[in-house]
Amino acid sequence: MIALQGFGGVLPFARRALVEQRTWLTPDDFNETLSLCQSLPGPNIVNLSITVGARACGWRGSVAAVAGLVGAPVVVVIALGVLYGRFGGLELVQRAIIGLAAGAAGLVIATAARMAEPLLRRRALTAAPFILAAFVAVGIFRLPLPYVLLVLAPLSIAIMWKRAS
Amino acid sequence: MSAYWLTLRALGVQFGILSLLAFGGANAVIPEIHRQSVAVHHWMTDKDFAALFAIAQSAPGPNFLISTLVGWKAAGIPGALIATAAMCAPSCLLTFWAVKAWDRYRDHPWRAAIGAGIAPVTVGLVFSSAYVLVRAADSSWRLAVVTTATAAVVYFTKLDPLWCLAAAAALGLTGIFGTP
Repeated sequence: MIALQGFGGVLPFARRALVEQRTWLTPDDFNETLSLCQSLPGPNIVNLSITVGARACGWRGSVAAVAGLVGAPVVVVIALGVLYGRFGGLELVQRAIIGLAAGAAGLVIATAARMAEPLLRRRALTAAPFILAAFVAVGIFRLPLPYVLLVLAPLSIAIMWKRAS
Repeated sequence: MSAYWLTLRALGVQFGILSLLAFGGANAVIPEIHRQSVAVHHWMTDKDFAALFAIAQSAPGPNFLISTLVGWKAAGIPGALIATAAMCAPSCLLTFWAVKAWDRYRDHPWRAAIGAGIAPVTVGLVFSSAYVLVRAADSSWRLAVVTTATAAVVYFTKLDPLWCLAAAAALGLTGIFGTP
């Protein structure tokens, strides 16, 4: 049910349902669980539902939570894809999609800026070089992601580790 | 094996790997999805990719739905299902396992170092995604204005991003951006 409310991102809706309506998690639990989910690969919201499901009723809980989260949106988006396949050639549809695509790109810029802001404010010296390096390597030079991650992530983690100890 | 099966297999392998690399979610692996589906496998053009991403963004649900649409474009509905499953399953298994470890070692310092270390790399990757999408979507200065305006509105205000997308699509309907 949460999933279908989540246009362009489900996280705020998930928080409302889990913390405020169902009280399955306290606000602190939610933040802590989210930070775990953010340091693992995969969509944060999917990881979150795995975690909540697993703590509630083991692997069955996780499977149920993910199926509930992912099922309906996948059906909707496939339907949209099929419609686009059928009517995508129409001039009006193409016009709207061109505008939509430009807007969607802007949305991602804003997401990136929002993520960057707290990092740059708190620790610009250790964050900025890695933001820039990842951008240049993957965005501009289009290097394959696995190699870039293999180099940058351990380096960045090592620096944070040194700082902490 | 027929070409169709090879495509399905490529989708499964590709998104299965991406699943484990998607620190920070699907937005961080857009450049890699784009590279694979446009340059490596030729499943679609740059413009198709921008259009599918736009549809995924304006659909309700998590933003890894771009993988569903790429799978659909490459190999129809079976492709969509395989790409979605491959994008979810590996990271789900990892998370399931990690939750148990996490609950056991919740205060270990390496945990914080990993989280803090990965964060800036993820941000750089999301900027890369933005750059790839801008290059694919903005073929004229007018479209670049729309992108800039959307970014500014979403960053500086609390307006629901969906309104910005609707406005951008409505502007498109008027035809001021032309048709491809």
